[in-house]
Amino acid sequence: MSTEKTKKRSMAAEIWQRLLRNKMAMLGLAILAILALLAIFADVIADYDTMVVAQNIPERLQGPSAAHWFGTDEFGRDIFARIIHGGRVSLVVGLISVSVSLLAGGSLGAFAGFYGGRVDNVIMRVMDIFLAVPSILLAITIVAALGTNLVNVMLAIGVSGIPTFARIVRAAVMGVKDQEFVESARAIGETNTAIIFREILPNCMAPIIVQSTLSVASAILSTASLSFIGLGVQPPDPEWGAMLSSGRNFLRDAMHITLFPGLAIVVTILALNLLGDGLRDALDPRLKQ
Amino acid sequence: MSEALLEVKNLTKYFETPAGTLHAVDGLTFRLERGKTLGVVGESGCGKSTTGRAILRLHEPTGGEVVFEGKDITKIPQKEMMKLRSEMQMIFQDPFASLNPRKTVSEIIAEPLRLHKVYKNKKDQDKRVLELMELVGLSERLVNTYPHELDGGRRQRIGIARALAMQPKFIVCDEPVSALDVSIQAQILNLLKKLQKEFGLTYMFITHDLSVVNYFSDEIVVMYLGKVVEHATSEDLFAHPTHPYTKALLSAIPIPSLGARKERILLKGEITSPINPKPGCRFAPRCEYAQPCCFEESPELKEQEPNHFVSCHFSNKF
Repeated sequence: MSTEKTKKRSMAAEIWQRLLRNKMAMLGLAILAILALLAIFADVIADYDTMVVAQNIPERLQGPSAAHWFGTDEFGRDIFARIIHGGRVSLVVGLISVSVSLLAGGSLGAFAGFYGGRVDNVIMRVMDIFLAVPSILLAITIVAALGTNLVNVMLAIGVSGIPTFARIVRAAVMGVKDQEFVESARAIGETNTAIIFREILPNCMAPIIVQSTLSVASAILSTASLSFIGLGVQPPDPEWGAMLSSGRNFLRDAMHITLFPGLAIVVTILALNLLGDGLRDALDPRLKQ
Repeated sequence: MSEALLEVKNLTKYFETPAGTLHAVDGLTFRLERGKTLGVVGESGCGKSTTGRAILRLHEPTGGEVVFEGKDITKIPQKEMMKLRSEMQMIFQDPFASLNPRKTVSEIIAEPLRLHKVYKNKKDQDKRVLELMELVGLSERLVNTYPHELDGGRRQRIGIARALAMQPKFIVCDEPVSALDVSIQAQILNLLKKLQKEFGLTYMFITHDLSVVNYFSDEIVVMYLGKVVEHATSEDLFAHPTHPYTKALLSAIPIPSLGARKERILLKGEITSPINPKPGCRFAPRCEYAQPCCFEESPELKEQEPNHFVSCHFSNKF
C-alpha cells in the first residue's frame, strides 16, 4: 500500500501546488509581492517628511535621472518616493474596499439567488436602488456624511461596489443551486447556510474572482476621484490616483508626472489579473493538467 | 405480517405553477416492511421522483402523512428532521450531477460523518471512509481523486457509500442505474442487493425500467400521473396485471428471443397534463376500455385480491 497516494492532501496545499505550476500567476504574485514590500518598507527607502511631502521648487518638473528615478513633480518632489508611499494608500484602499463589496455583496447575492422569491425580490430591489445612483456619487455622499478619512473612503467605495457583486454572485448561484449535488447535501442534513457556503459558492468562484480583480482597479481610481474633489487623501499626502490627476496639467511638458503613477496602477491591476486568472484555474479541479 | 418501517398515507404534493396547480403526487398510500424493497414504476413525469423526495421531505409534502418507525415525520420540526436524515437516505439518478465537482471522493463520502459529528478525531473518520469505499467496491487509491476523473459506475458507488455512511435504515433509490451502461447497471444492482442483505436495508426503488424492477422488488407500485393505478407483489403483478395501463406497460418489455412474438398494446395519445387535472380516471383519455363513468368519477384503489390493489372501475371485468 502506498501511503503517498492514500494520504489525504490538504485542500490549500493542493491549490498552492497547482498555482505553482502556472507561470503567469507566479509572475503576478511576484509583482504583487514586490509592490507590497515596497509599500511596507517605504519609510526605509524614502523618508516621508524630507522626500515625499517637502517641496523643492528648484528641482521641479525634472525628467527621470539617476537622482530621481521617476523624475520630480510640479513641486520638485521625487515621484518614485511618492509612488512607493502612495502604494500604501492605494493598495490598502483597493484590497479593503473590494473585500467590503465582496463580503457584503457576495452574501446578499448568494442569499437572494438561493432563496429566490420574496427574499430575492427585496434584496435585489434594494440593490437596484443602489445601482440607480452613480457609484461615485454614492461614495461622495457616504464620505461627506461620515467625514473625510481613509477608513470612510474605503467603506464608501466598498459600499458602492456591493450591488455589482450581489448581481454577479446571484446569477452564479442560481446557475448552480438546482444541481443534484445540492439536493444530495440537503438529503444528508446540511443546513441552507452550509449548503450555500460549502457546496454552492465554491462552484461560483470564476466570475467572483474575475470581478474582484477588476474591482481593485476601479477602487483605486475611485479613490483618485474622491481625492480630486477633496474627499479622499488630502494633499500633500501621496496617492496614485491623486498624483495622476494632479499631473494632467503638465501632460504636454512633463508627461512622466502622470506616466509613472499610471504605470503603477496598470502594473498592479495586471498582476492582480494574472494572479486572479491563475487562482481561478487552480481552484477548479477539473482543469488539472 | 411483520412490522412496517414506513407507512405513507394519502401523500400529496402539489406545485403551484403559472398555468395552475400541478398535481405531482395525488393521494399516495402504501406501507413498506423492514428489509423489503418497494419498486415504483411509471413513465416520465408521473411523480415517481417527487414521491421519493416528498417522503424524505426534500420537497415539503402538501398533505398526507409519512410515518417512519411510528412517527409522522411530516409534522416534526426541521431540526429533528436533520437528525432523522441519517436514518433515511437517498441515492440519486445522475452520478454526474449528484457529486460536488470541487470535492474529492473522500470529502464527499466523509460529508455526512462530519455533519453529524460521528467521529471526534479525523483518523477514525478517514478509516471509516476507507471502510465504506471498500464496502462499495471502490479502490483505496481513489480517495484523492475528483468525481470528474471517474466513470459513471464508480461515481454511483461514491453516491452509495455516502448514503450508507450513517448506516441508514431506509434508502430511496431514485433511478440509480438509469444513467449507466447496461453492464455497469448489473454491477450496481448486485451491489445494492448485497448491501440490503448485509445491513437489512429497506429500499424504495424508483425506476422506469420494468426488468430492473422485477429483478429487484418485493412489491411494485405502478403510478400514472401522480396516482397509484396498481399495487401488488412483483410475481403477482407480472403474472396477473389487471389495470389496462399496467398491461400496456408490461407488454412493452421486449422478449430477448428470436422469432418471439407477442401482442403489444399501444397506447394512443399523449399523457394528459397534470396541471389542474379533470375529475375522473386520469388514464381514461388513453384507455381503450373507458366508459362514460370513467370520465366522471375517479376510481378508488381497491383490494381486488389479497395484496393486489387496483384503481379501475372495471378491474373485476378484466
